[in-house]
Amino acid sequence: MLPNGLYGDLVFVIEIPSVLLLLMSLQPPTVQLTSPHFDRGSLEFNPSLLRNRFNSLSTTIAGLFATIAVLPLLLVLVYVLIKGGSLITPSLFTQLPPAPGLEGGGIGNAMVGTVVVTLIASLLAIPIGVGGGIYLSEYNRQGRFAQLVRFANDVLAGVPSIISGVFVYGLIVATRIFFGQSYSAVAGGIALAVLMLPTVIKTTDEGLKLVPQELRWGAYGVGASQVVTILRVVLPAALTPIATGIVLAIARAAGETAPLIFTALFSQFWPEGLFNPIASMSVLIYNFAIMPYAPQNQLAWAASFVLVLMILAANLLARWITRLSRR
Amino acid sequence: MTRPPSLSSASSPDDLYSLRRRPLLDRLLDRGFRTLTMLLAGLVATLLLGILITVFSGAREAIASFGLGFLTSSGWDPVNNTYGAFTAIYGTLVSSLLALVLAVPLGVGTAIFITEDIIPRPAREAIGLMVELLAAIPSVVLGLWAIFVMEPALRPALQLLHRLLGWFPLFSSQPQGPGMAPAILILVVMILPIITAISRDALLQVPIELRLGAYGVGTTRWGAIFNIILPAAISAIIGGVMLALGRAMGETMAVTMIIGNSLNFSPSLLAPGNTISSMLANQFGEADGIQVSALMYAALILMVLTFTVNVAAQWIVRRLSLRY
Repeated sequence: MLPNGLYGDLVFVIEIPSVLLLLMSLQPPTVQLTSPHFDRGSLEFNPSLLRNRFNSLSTTIAGLFATIAVLPLLLVLVYVLIKGGSLITPSLFTQLPPAPGLEGGGIGNAMVGTVVVTLIASLLAIPIGVGGGIYLSEYNRQGRFAQLVRFANDVLAGVPSIISGVFVYGLIVATRIFFGQSYSAVAGGIALAVLMLPTVIKTTDEGLKLVPQELRWGAYGVGASQVVTILRVVLPAALTPIATGIVLAIARAAGETAPLIFTALFSQFWPEGLFNPIASMSVLIYNFAIMPYAPQNQLAWAASFVLVLMILAANLLARWITRLSRR
Repeated sequence: MTRPPSLSSASSPDDLYSLRRRPLLDRLLDRGFRTLTMLLAGLVATLLLGILITVFSGAREAIASFGLGFLTSSGWDPVNNTYGAFTAIYGTLVSSLLALVLAVPLGVGTAIFITEDIIPRPAREAIGLMVELLAAIPSVVLGLWAIFVMEPALRPALQLLHRLLGWFPLFSSQPQGPGMAPAILILVVMILPIITAISRDALLQVPIELRLGAYGVGTTRWGAIFNIILPAAISAIIGGVMLALGRAMGETMAVTMIIGNSLNFSPSLLAPGNTISSMLANQFGEADGIQVSALMYAALILMVLTFTVNVAAQWIVRRLSLRY
């Protein structure tokens, strides 16, 4: 770029040939292909050719498939927003669910319960997952033990969510390990933590690997110990991908039902401490959806509305965090 | 990464740059933090082992009394305490495989549509975003939608299917609400985002030179896709499809809510059925005695199935990947 004040004339001079070029381009030199052996028609697009018909047919089919793929989201969202949104009242957030078949009431206890159980799961899974991820990326990238942990982590990520519930049932609920209590909020939180852990470890590991090696060398160069380097330099540098992964893991855990139905169970009342059964929105939706009473079904739609909004908001937040870092 | 080499041994005492040994506290902290993170990483492996041991020890009683006949017998009778998981295993395999058959063309087709420059970039990104958000919708909400919206809307079509193809065993029963067919369709919705996302990433990683080469020799867009781009990305796509299969097998809530949870075996897709995970979700809360053990046995089978599929997925991605 030339600064305008100094070289203004020069710019003007340079301008001229491009105008000429433009004029020339209006009348392009035509090449005549007049050889008797050359069929000019083969250079033109002929839509009736088999390959071109196949081409446009395939494009149409792919477009159709993409439309079908998008349709369920739109339909689910529309129904949840319309059916659930119309039921949102202040009392929904402050009242307890009604007895089966009765009208009114709310989902206040389930909302508190979802927050409590997800919080327990986060408090367990985030420190363990970030710590494990640090080990994989910073201390032992290629070693045999690290490979084993990565493999175990991938397998754990593929374990069905219901199995996590079965595991916690066998380990904690059936053995009554916590003060003789069977079903409890803590048991539900642990079951969710098992599901969150692989995501947190994976994103921490991958996020830390993206941090340039020079940053670590620089920290060592000014005399930082390894702990300080990791905690004050490397980890903050990888905060964005890790935070994104954690937000997504929490959003997923908040919507999980299968691990909770026989660990946290359900409760018609406000939470009575961490070692008692606790309500949650996802289990409420399940229980109330399969009940043959219209008021309960309505509450299930209302709870879906709240849950879906929360989860979509978390997903958009995660996206926003990622975009923020790209600037 | 590894620590830079210690300088203390190499330097002479009066060297300007000589380093004293680092303070004890510093070294202890370093060592301690390393050990701590190692233990936390080890916890993951232990956890996996713990899940296996817990489920296996819970299932031992049932394994002892039912043996391998559990896999092939279809009677699940809590009253007489005889259990066989064939109905549930059949349901798991049939529902997840049929869901896969429907979801793979849809998912891969969508992925091609949003990577191959067919529509403008904003539209591509919008479709990609919507498919990703579909993955975020909780399973239980999809189940609710399936019960009250999808299944009633679908019933006339299924009834027509039964009238026309009722002679075929898969469509041999009258559809009456919940059943295997709506469960399969909701599974398609649930695994579609995985297949689309992984296929899209795989297609985006195909080097541009391959595309340019294909177009350079005069092929059409779909000639390039079918002959060059898809073969180059196929290992990752198959890996993604296998992951989706594992997910479909273990998917619980939406399936439980719409499959009908019938303990009686029926080959028909229009009849109520059962899967291992829906059986677990349905019965675990109220089970006791040997029924719990039988359920744990079923859970063990589910774990083995998903484990096999997931490891196969990893193996395929590693073995089949094309070297460009």
